[in-house]
Amino acid sequence: MTHWTIDAGIAHLVLDRPPCNEIGTAMLADLERFLADVADREDDVAAVVISSAQRGGFSAGADLRELYEGLRREPADRHESLLRSFLDRIHTVMDTLDMLPQTTIAVVHGICFGGGFELALACDLIVAERSARFCFPELRLGLVPGFGGIPRLERDTHASVVRDLLFTGRSINAKRALDAGIVREVVPRGSGLDAAMAAARQVTKFDAETRARAKLFAKRLPVERLAEEKALFLELAQRDVLVRALERFVTSDDIRPYLP
Amino acid sequence: MSDTVDKVLDLAAKHFGVDRSKLAPDADIFEALGIDSFQAVELTSEVELAFDVEIPDYELQPVRTFAELAAVIDKRR
Repeated sequence: MTHWTIDAGIAHLVLDRPPCNEIGTAMLADLERFLADVADREDDVAAVVISSAQRGGFSAGADLRELYEGLRREPADRHESLLRSFLDRIHTVMDTLDMLPQTTIAVVHGICFGGGFELALACDLIVAERSARFCFPELRLGLVPGFGGIPRLERDTHASVVRDLLFTGRSINAKRALDAGIVREVVPRGSGLDAAMAAARQVTKFDAETRARAKLFAKRLPVERLAEEKALFLELAQRDVLVRALERFVTSDDIRPYLP
Repeated sequence: MSDTVDKVLDLAAKHFGVDRSKLAPDADIFEALGIDSFQAVELTSEVELAFDVEIPDYELQPVRTFAELAAVIDKRR
C-alpha cells in the first residue's frame, strides 16, 4: 500500500499499488492524502522524494482497466462528467505537487509510462535508475496525455523531444532521457533512492523561505497549456475510439500490450 | 552464430539469471526467459544500453526470437 514517512526534513512517499502503481481512484486518493499532509509544512519539510516499491517500475500510468470498466458501466451521457471529475482532481494533485514549496525528487526505475511519466514530470528533479524507461503511449488509445504531461515536458525540454515522444508513442531509455534534459542523472540499478536522498539532505541545509522563493522564481505552472490539454483530452475521450482501444488493451494477452 | 546474437544471449542469461546453455538463437525470447511485460521493457533498455543503440518499440513489435532481436540491433548499429 502506498505510504510515506517524514524524517529529518524529508518526506518520502513510496508508491506501492500492484501491479505497477496504476493511477486510478485509489492512487489518486493516496496522492491527495500525502499532499494534504506535506503542502503546508514548508518549515519542517524541505524535500519530497517519491519512489516506487513495485518491481515493474515507477508507474505504468492511468489505470486503464478501471477507466474501461467505468466507461462500460455508465451510460454514454455520463462519461464526460465522470472523466472531467477525475481529471479535475488529478490536475489539482499534479499542479499542487508541481508547485509545492519543497524541492521534489522522483526516483524512477523500470516503467514510467503515461500518467506515471506525468507524475514524475511534476517533480522538480528526476533521478533515473539504469532500467528506467519513459513513454507517452496515449495516442495509441486515441487520446493525448491528460494529467498535464505535455505542458510540463514543453516547459522542461525541447519541443522536438515532445513531438517525438507524443507523435510516435515510442519509449526511451534513461540515457536518452538524460540527453534530452528530462532526468538529472542516471544511476545504477537499486541506487536511485540513495542518490535522491543525498540530494534531499543537501536541500535541507537551505533556508526555507529562500528555497521556496527560488522555486517560485525558477518554475512556473504552464496554466494556459494545462487548460488546453485538459479540454483536448476531454474532447477526444468522448469518442468510440477510446473504448475500442481500451477493450483491445484489457483483453490483450500480448507481452507488450502497450503497443497498438 | 553471429557475434550480436551471442552477446544478446549472454546479456539475457545474465540479466534474468537463466542458464545460458538453455538459450538458443531461435527460441522465443519471452518463453525462454519466462518474463512478463514489465521485464520485456527492461530487456529493451538493457539491450539498448549494452549495444549503444535505440530501438523504437514499433520495430520491436514483430520480434519474437533472440536472432530476430539481434538482426534489429545490427540494423541500428
